[in-house]
Amino acid sequence: MSLDLIFFLLLSLISISTALGMLLSRNAVHSALFLVLNFVTVAVFYLLLGAPFIAMAQITVYAGAIMVLFLFVIMLLGAESIAGEFNWRKAAFPGLLAAMLAVEATAIFLTRARPVGDVAQPDASVNTMTNLRALGEALFTQYLLPFEVTSILLLVAMIGAIVLVRKEKRVP
Amino acid sequence: MVPVNYYIVLSAILFTIGAVGVLTRRNALIIFMSVELMLNSANLAFVAFSSVIKSFTGQIFVFFVIAVAAAEVAVGLALIVEIFKSKRSIDVDQMSSLKG
Repeated sequence: MSLDLIFFLLLSLISISTALGMLLSRNAVHSALFLVLNFVTVAVFYLLLGAPFIAMAQITVYAGAIMVLFLFVIMLLGAESIAGEFNWRKAAFPGLLAAMLAVEATAIFLTRARPVGDVAQPDASVNTMTNLRALGEALFTQYLLPFEVTSILLLVAMIGAIVLVRKEKRVP
Repeated sequence: MVPVNYYIVLSAILFTIGAVGVLTRRNALIIFMSVELMLNSANLAFVAFSSVIKSFTGQIFVFFVIAVAAAEVAVGLALIVEIFKSKRSIDVDQMSSLKG
């Protein structure tokens, strides 16, 4: 067993257990913090897969911005433990279905899928700068239109959020 | 070297945990976090495959997915805050006003 594989298994153990912690903890703040940890481990996976830019975007956008927004709303609403804690009896049927899904997906990927090869090792030739440059070139040439549409999407989301939480002004 | 199948299996497991969260939890915020987890597991599969075929397309798609997730969270949390203001609860079972 190579060092890579041991590292991968250790990280995936952390990742799965933090995801389960998110699912099972009664306190919403704990759930959010577990999810932050999960996002950070996924970012480490991105680094292992030779995608440093995505890893950094993951940490800043997901673990930084999105989860801070979540924590902010949880604490604003005082929703740490109101309603809807995990109910084992209600969860039995969906849990069974999901377990079947997981077993099925795992079995298919482990047995049916052709071995498409190992993931590329982030060797010295794929350092951060060349990766970033190639990614940026692809983003601003081949994928320019989706990139611009994304900016419009973010603008629309921003306006939507402001309109939703704005106080209605009475028109006389 | 780690075979790409392992990454895909990990991604499937994380996706399943997210799906269980959406199906079983009743707290709207936790459901939302589970959706984020599912998006994240799909991203992991994208990056793993893009690493195998040595192409940037998967990474660029992940970039767009992250942008869409950020937009979704902004609007979704605004909706949750509004629902909490009017109902004093974020239990999804109580959001049944439109039920016939």
